[in-house]
Amino acid sequence: MITITHYLVLSAILFTLGVVGVLIRRNAIIIFMCIELMLNAVNLSFVAFAHYLNSMQGQLFVFFTMTVAAAEAAVGLAIIVAVFRNKETVNIDDINIMKW
Amino acid sequence: MLNLVALILLFPLIGTAINGLIGKRLRKETVGYVACGAIGLSFFVSILVFIGLLLLPPDARLFEKQLFSWIESGSFKSAAGLQVDPLSTLMILVVTGVGFLIHIYSIGYMHHDKGYHRYFCYLNLFTFSMLLLVLSNNFLLMFIGWEAVGLCSYLLIGFWFEKKSASNAAKKAFVVNRVGDFGFALGIMLIFLTFHSIDFTEVFSAASHGNFAVGSFTVTIITLLLFMGATGKSAQIPLYTWLPDAMEGPTPVSALIHAATMVTAGVYMIARCNVLYMLSPFTMTVVASIGAVTALFAASIGLVQNDIKRVLAYSTISQLGYMFVACGVGAFTASIFHLMTHAFFKALLFLGSGSVIHALSGEQDMRKMGGLRHHIPTTYKTFLVGTIAIAGIPPFAGFFSKDEILLESLVRGNFLYWAIGALAAFFTAFYMFRLLFMTFHGESRVDHHVVEHLHESPKNMTLPLTVLAGLSVVGGFLGIPGASAIGTFLSPVFGEHGHTEISGSEAAVHHSAYLPYLMMVVSTAIAIAGIYLAYQMYIKKPEMPKKLAERFGLIYKLLLNKYYVDEIYDVLFVKPIKMGSVQLWKQVDARMIDGSVNGVARLVGWFGNVLRYLQTGYVRNYAFYIVIGCICIIVFAALGM
Repeated sequence: MITITHYLVLSAILFTLGVVGVLIRRNAIIIFMCIELMLNAVNLSFVAFAHYLNSMQGQLFVFFTMTVAAAEAAVGLAIIVAVFRNKETVNIDDINIMKW
Repeated sequence: MLNLVALILLFPLIGTAINGLIGKRLRKETVGYVACGAIGLSFFVSILVFIGLLLLPPDARLFEKQLFSWIESGSFKSAAGLQVDPLSTLMILVVTGVGFLIHIYSIGYMHHDKGYHRYFCYLNLFTFSMLLLVLSNNFLLMFIGWEAVGLCSYLLIGFWFEKKSASNAAKKAFVVNRVGDFGFALGIMLIFLTFHSIDFTEVFSAASHGNFAVGSFTVTIITLLLFMGATGKSAQIPLYTWLPDAMEGPTPVSALIHAATMVTAGVYMIARCNVLYMLSPFTMTVVASIGAVTALFAASIGLVQNDIKRVLAYSTISQLGYMFVACGVGAFTASIFHLMTHAFFKALLFLGSGSVIHALSGEQDMRKMGGLRHHIPTTYKTFLVGTIAIAGIPPFAGFFSKDEILLESLVRGNFLYWAIGALAAFFTAFYMFRLLFMTFHGESRVDHHVVEHLHESPKNMTLPLTVLAGLSVVGGFLGIPGASAIGTFLSPVFGEHGHTEISGSEAAVHHSAYLPYLMMVVSTAIAIAGIYLAYQMYIKKPEMPKKLAERFGLIYKLLLNKYYVDEIYDVLFVKPIKMGSVQLWKQVDARMIDGSVNGVARLVGWFGNVLRYLQTGYVRNYAFYIVIGCICIIVFAALGM
């Protein structure tokens, strides 16, 4: 029997993977994908709770999250392309001019 | 007719507005007509009000007109209201009457000045303020008028502000008056605390209905504080120093503000508050003493001054001293009577001196005058009338009022007041005739360039002189001893104590019934002695003053330098305050206030400098902070549960 705990543990593992990816990877595109992973981990917990609580709200939230994620993906990729055109790299260690 | 009283205030205010706002674009004639017309109408309405008041029975001669409710805050209430009674009516007649003549004179005197419309704007504003001062029915509104006349005085003393001495004199007048006004304001506050009202009628009826014992401490403090205001405005010791310097203003201004009207505000105020003052014998003694000392002190300085206007200025201070002596011994009627006659002859003398200065193209030093009586005959004749009036020769105006003050000070006060007053009267007769002889008689010492331009003043200047000369002759008959019209008129305001009837009064009975007549002879003799001495010294033996000055070099120098009072004040007050201000500026302002403001900025800057290294520019660092934050929140929430 798959209980809510299983879903939540899976969600937590996926989220942690995403966080670690964001923190340790250097490639902007991979960081970007890790963010998507975090979003979807949260989506998973939404769906799980929706099922568990017999409520449609969690399902609805997932739709919103996916819409925002799609929009964000478009903007984020566009930014990465723009940065690449300027610096000819997507290594974020080279993109650090916003500092003191 | 009494309902018209608000119009008296309105006309000068309209005149101010017109000349102040669009005067620059009007023709000079129009500006003059507007200003004079405003005051003329005001004068006309004042006469109507006067007639209206006379039609009432003497006991009912008090009319209050509430204009609007002005301030209401908690238990504090003040309405803007006007009060018509014999005292205020007399004052508005003097203010608008003499003011009107001086406005006309100004048209001629200021004709060539480029600030023509500005001048008339200020002059109208002054008249408005002075009328507000004398017409208001409560202390606060009176204080507004009191301050507004001070402001106009400042503006007009500094009228020729391009001149450094004029702007300095204006500042001095303003600052010295502040000292007095501080006391006046405190007095009003104390009145409100004590009586829970600032309305004249309420305060005075509360005071006279026995809630306060004679000599009560509170009333003494109140009256002393009010008197402090009076010493500032009316140029008494110790705050008189601004008045001689105020002569930097145009001469008609000196006539109107610094002789005839504004400086008498203190006398008016004390007369208005006579009920309070009568409750405090100590204050009365202070008032009389300061008045007497000032009268003598200023007269002695006047003996040796060489600037024609300064002699008149010290003379004004001295005459104001007389009025305070009269107030101080409780002879309010005599005081107001002298206020009125003084307004006539002092305005005349100032305007006359203005005419002399005008004729001599601006020369004010009497040592460069002399023999002018053939060149400017009208001025000479009117000036002679004014001089005789102030010297106190019967039957001219000054004789009756001064004689009444001297008599009252002897009957009600003591011999010392009389002796000082008599000596000051002797000085007055001497320095006024000295002025007359030095200016109009003897050999001409006028510069020969100036002689070519010597001319009698135009008609619009000599006409006011003539009218004022007429008033200086007949003004005294309003107060003939025994049949004093002014005494009867003012008796509702001053009640029993205002006026000594020649035969009826208790005090007079103690003395001989012949005393008043004896006094008249004595004061006339004193005046004649002064005149004779001046005649001897300046006509017969013109070399005598110089010898005397050498003989009594020390005294002469002391008098010539006005007892060095300005210098003493400079050392005692001005310099310490200046030094203190510099210290405040350098220590408190520059170091403490600026220091703390800049210090806060520097502290923030220092923190920013340290903290900015957190901004590495690496996105993962920021993400890391976020994660740490999230973990903290989760831990906190978990522990909290």
